[in-house]
Amino acid sequence: MSFTVLGAGLAVIGAGLGIGQIGGKAMEAIARQPEAQGDIRSNMILTAALIEGAALVCMVLAFFVKAAN
Amino acid sequence: MNAKVYTKVFFYLIFSGLTTVALAQSHGDHHHGEEGTEHTHGVSDSLPVVDTLVHIDHRASCEEHHEEFNAGDNAVHHISDANAIHVVGDFYFHLPCILYAPSNGWTIGTTAAFHPHHHGNGENTLNGYVLNHGAVYRIKDASMATGVHNVTCFTKETLLDTVKNKQIELKYAVIDGKPYELEAKTTYDGGLLGGGVTGFYDFSITRNVFTMLLTCLILGFLFITVAKAARNGRGKAPKGLQNMVEVLITFIRDDVAKPNIGHKYEKYMPYLLSAFFFVLGLNLIGQIPFFPGSANVTGNISVTIILAVLTFLISTFSANKHFWEHTLWMPGVPTVLKVLILTPIEILGLFLKPFTLLLRLFANITAGHIVILSFVSLIFILGHSGESTGGGIAGILASVPLTLFMMTLELLVAFLQAFIFVMLSATYIGAAVEEPHHH
Repeated sequence: MSFTVLGAGLAVIGAGLGIGQIGGKAMEAIARQPEAQGDIRSNMILTAALIEGAALVCMVLAFFVKAAN
Repeated sequence: MNAKVYTKVFFYLIFSGLTTVALAQSHGDHHHGEEGTEHTHGVSDSLPVVDTLVHIDHRASCEEHHEEFNAGDNAVHHISDANAIHVVGDFYFHLPCILYAPSNGWTIGTTAAFHPHHHGNGENTLNGYVLNHGAVYRIKDASMATGVHNVTCFTKETLLDTVKNKQIELKYAVIDGKPYELEAKTTYDGGLLGGGVTGFYDFSITRNVFTMLLTCLILGFLFITVAKAARNGRGKAPKGLQNMVEVLITFIRDDVAKPNIGHKYEKYMPYLLSAFFFVLGLNLIGQIPFFPGSANVTGNISVTIILAVLTFLISTFSANKHFWEHTLWMPGVPTVLKVLILTPIEILGLFLKPFTLLLRLFANITAGHIVILSFVSLIFILGHSGESTGGGIAGILASVPLTLFMMTLELLVAFLQAFIFVMLSATYIGAAVEEPHHH
């Protein structure tokens, strides 16, 4: 039980780092090239969604492990 | 500030108060009257491995007794599907029940036949089915499979499986002073939110199905009206409802379909638009905390599985030779690497893409609902289930702003998740139909 919760937490740390990087870099890019804001934003959301997918797979696996034991 | 702003603020506060009350009243009485009854040990003797099961919580009689408020159980109960929709107090919106058990055939009726009262517990059985907390269960005992019997109360028993170190909860319906064990609730999600494989099939129009039909009606009405307005007003500036819908449609066309799919985008527009408005409509209706809304449809994994399977089928069947070549036997890569690493990963990726698509929608919407329900539960946790008035007031003061904040955030999430769903669908379709570049 406690280990699965730990696994879910670690997945969230990974996703947080990844999405933080994306957000920060996107802000920088917008500051450099404000005219490309629309393109940068949609690509940022897309990439964040992909990272979130990896984190969600981890969390669901943790959930399954918990349910199976 | 003028009077108009004050009126707006006033209605906002009234609405938020109503929202909290509507969320709170439906489980305000959960803590008392989880009735139980004394049952003989014979019930659990029927289980296969008796000596590994230890009773931890043995529910006594049908008397009222105090039970601790459990925020987790409460949240799961509110996000899961149900056979009847709770409106207010003891009033239920009844829905059709279509049940099939291989041993005794079809049972067709409505949830009104169970005479639900307090908590959505049915007063009587119907062909061996009972209604507990608004959901249909089946009595395991075959002698109860016909006719109408009077249910005194429902009771739970918690057992500890010492081998697996796991708690098992058994439910009983007490009929004529004797407990009858109930089967688990039927679920399509493989028991992910409780329940599991059962001896009967539930084809009922449940709360989620009802909400989906309602959403389809609303969307149908909306789009037929807008399409008529667009046809009649050709060449004129759009107004009203048409404006709102056209903004979203052109957004999906210009920002989602065209850049991701390319020049073949028109073929996939019907699917992308339907998926977008269906998911958006369900997300928004799920945000309404009282009667016609409140169902957690896009947070139900079976709904998102079907949506993801549709995207998977569309992208797989429209994939061209170029896509399959680059997935299965990519040029310019050593054969060993292809056979051992890249091709297996690509094949796994084919299925992982729709899998993350379904999980993302399911997890985001479910998580949002659970957070809102947890904030509402603060009232009952701090108020000690109605025993402490001061704690209850403190709970309300903490809960109302937090719930409002979460609901505002959830409005953003409703749009964002609908957008991400079609955006990723378009990306997958775009990858499948992409023409080779010749440099």
